[in-house]
Parts: sequence; structure tokens; C-alpha cells
Amino acid sequence: MSNIQPSKGGTKDQPGLRYPTNGKTIYHRPLNRAKTAELSGASFAYLFSEMVGYASKKIESIQDLEKRLNVQGHPIGLKLLDLLLYREPARTQTRPLNIITLLHFIKINVWQHLFGQAADGLEKSSDPSKPDEYMIIDNEPLVNRYISVPKDMSQLNCAAYVAGIIEGVCDGSAFPARVTAHSVGRQEEGEMWPGRTVFLVKFAPEVMEREGYLGKG
Amino acid sequence: MNRGILALIVINKAGGLIYNRTFGDGLNQLNTNDYLVLAGTFHGVHAITARLSPVKAVQAQQNQQHQHTSSSTGGGVVPSRPEPPSGLEVLESENFRLQCFNTMTGTKFLLFTDTLQTNANADVAMRKVYDLYSDYVMKNPFYQLEMPIRCETFDRKLNSYIRELNSSR
Repeated sequence: MSNIQPSKGGTKDQPGLRYPTNGKTIYHRPLNRAKTAELSGASFAYLFSEMVGYASKKIESIQDLEKRLNVQGHPIGLKLLDLLLYREPARTQTRPLNIITLLHFIKINVWQHLFGQAADGLEKSSDPSKPDEYMIIDNEPLVNRYISVPKDMSQLNCAAYVAGIIEGVCDGSAFPARVTAHSVGRQEEGEMWPGRTVFLVKFAPEVMEREGYLGKG
Repeated sequence: MNRGILALIVINKAGGLIYNRTFGDGLNQLNTNDYLVLAGTFHGVHAITARLSPVKAVQAQQNQQHQHTSSSTGGGVVPSRPEPPSGLEVLESENFRLQCFNTMTGTKFLLFTDTLQTNANADVAMRKVYDLYSDYVMKNPFYQLEMPIRCETFDRKLNSYIRELNSSR
């Protein structure tokens, strides 16, 4: 181990993580600085296209592919929760404590941060036998803007990636949930929102149980 | 009476047909085989016309002569490569006008319009079609390069753009 040098100065020949010459990495920047910065939509579209291509290698079913996209999004959600709460004003920096505030946080803050606008709808499942299901609706998900799913994969919705992010936010705030993306837009000519997507959030039983106790108290 | 843009054909760099669509009512339809033959033939003709075009070659010669004189006087001018000849760009007939756009990667877009359209009109439409292609085809993870284009969003956007364009004229 004695041959490992501290990485001061002589970073030129070393492989691995590269440091800028002034020694300031992305971690030295204040977290609030990039708050309003925007990224190129085209670069994201190409990157996401490659991510989908990567995830569709050696898959056995469409569910496999959606699962992989979901897994790619999950860590982003976990980290995003921390970042967005940190950026809130000091007295509202607590994490969401019940389902409604959590879903509102996702619909407004998370969506605004990721896509520049709030989600288009938030609904509770109308089926009384499924009180644990909520729906977040996006009329035209940004990730799907340039994607045409081939006919033989018609069940696929690449917004499974966004579902993964939502799942990460829910898990991070101690509301374990399964989130899936479903296309509900009709493909007819002249349809306003052919890419309309519903994110179905299904909370774990223990969350519902806790929510029940809290409601009574 | 048909107006505006009549048809669009896209040919890949190997001369294969990858997209074709007509936009007017009452146009005679070719069968698929004829479209393939048409695309292949046009590809060949385009290659020949690219070799024929004399204007650019003259420019290149002049450039070379210019460089010779300048190098003899001691000026270190960077030799500039002449632009490659572009080949067939517009074909006009009694009934239609054909505009061809060759991308940097060799994909060819053929836009058939009526004879009343000006060069500028067709250029604007061509540019928009190329925009739509680079957005909704090239950014689609399920599209394989050089293969026939089957992208719903591309179809939808193209249709609505052309319809709007044709009805405004």
C-alpha cells in the first residue's frame, strides 16, 4: 500500500477520476447554484435513447426492459429528494409526512425540477378495493417526446424510467411503493395527447396501515 | 386539384427506399416494387449527375492555380478542399417539381411539389422535414440506421405539418 501516493499535484499520469487544474470539482460547487440551469433537450434525447438501447440488450420480456429502466431511475429519485428538500426554505425542509403531501411534492417540486412544469394531474384510484393506489398523470412525458414504440412492443412505456425516479423519492421518504408507467393515450388521428401516461403509485401495506393510525390520531 | 406538397421519399445512402408517403388526394399510387425501383434509379442518376457537374470543378482548378501563384510569392496559404459537387438538386416537369436534398451522411430526401412552388418554398418545407426526421427518427431508440422508417410520431408530425402547409396555400 505504500506505493499509493496522495493524489495532490501529480494527477496527470494517473488513470481514473480526473481533477480540473484548479482543483475544484463538481462537489465544490454550492448546491443552490445550478437551481435554474437548463440542459439541452437534444443531448438528453440522445442520451436517453442510448439508455433505452442499453436496457433492451438481452431482455426476455417487455417487463424486463421496464424493470431495468425503473432501476436506472431509482437512485436518481433517492438523491433528488435530498437535494430538493435542501433547497426548500429552512422551515419547510422536513420530508413529506403523509401520502398527500408526498404526492404533491412529487407532482409540483420534482416535476418542476425535472421537466420545467408541474404534472398534469393527480388522482386517487376510484376503485374502493384499491385505496393504496394513486395516479400521477403526465400528458406528454418529456422522456417519450421523440420515442415511437414499435407495434410488437406496444405495452412498453419508456417513462418507466420516470416511474423509477418517483419510486426512489417514495422509498427515500419512507413510503415504500411500486410505481409503474402506463400509456393511456388513444392513437386515433387528431387525438390531443397520444402520449398521455399514467404513473400508478401503489404503496406498501405498512404505509397504508401507518396512514390509518395517523388519520385517527 | 392538388396543391402544395404532393409526396416525400427518403432514400438511404445505399440507394434503398426507407420512407415514402403521398399527401394529395387523387394521386396515382405506385406499388411498393415500383417505389423501390424509383429510389434505386434516382440514386444512380444522382451519382452520375454529381460526376457531371462542371462548375465546381472549374472553381477547384482556379483555386489550385491561385494557390500556385500565391505559393510562388511565398504566402503560406492553407490549401482549401473544394466542395464536392452536389449533383441533381431540382427537376422540373410539366406536372410536378422535384426537389432533392442530400444530407451530410448521404441520406436523400425527395420532395415532390406542384409546379407553382418556388425554390424558397420547397427549401423551407425540406428543412422542416429534415428537422422532423432528425428529431423523431434519429432520436428514437427503436429506429435502426438505414432501415425503413416506421415511427408513429414522425408520421403524425409530418402529416400535421404538411396538411397545415398545403391548406395555407
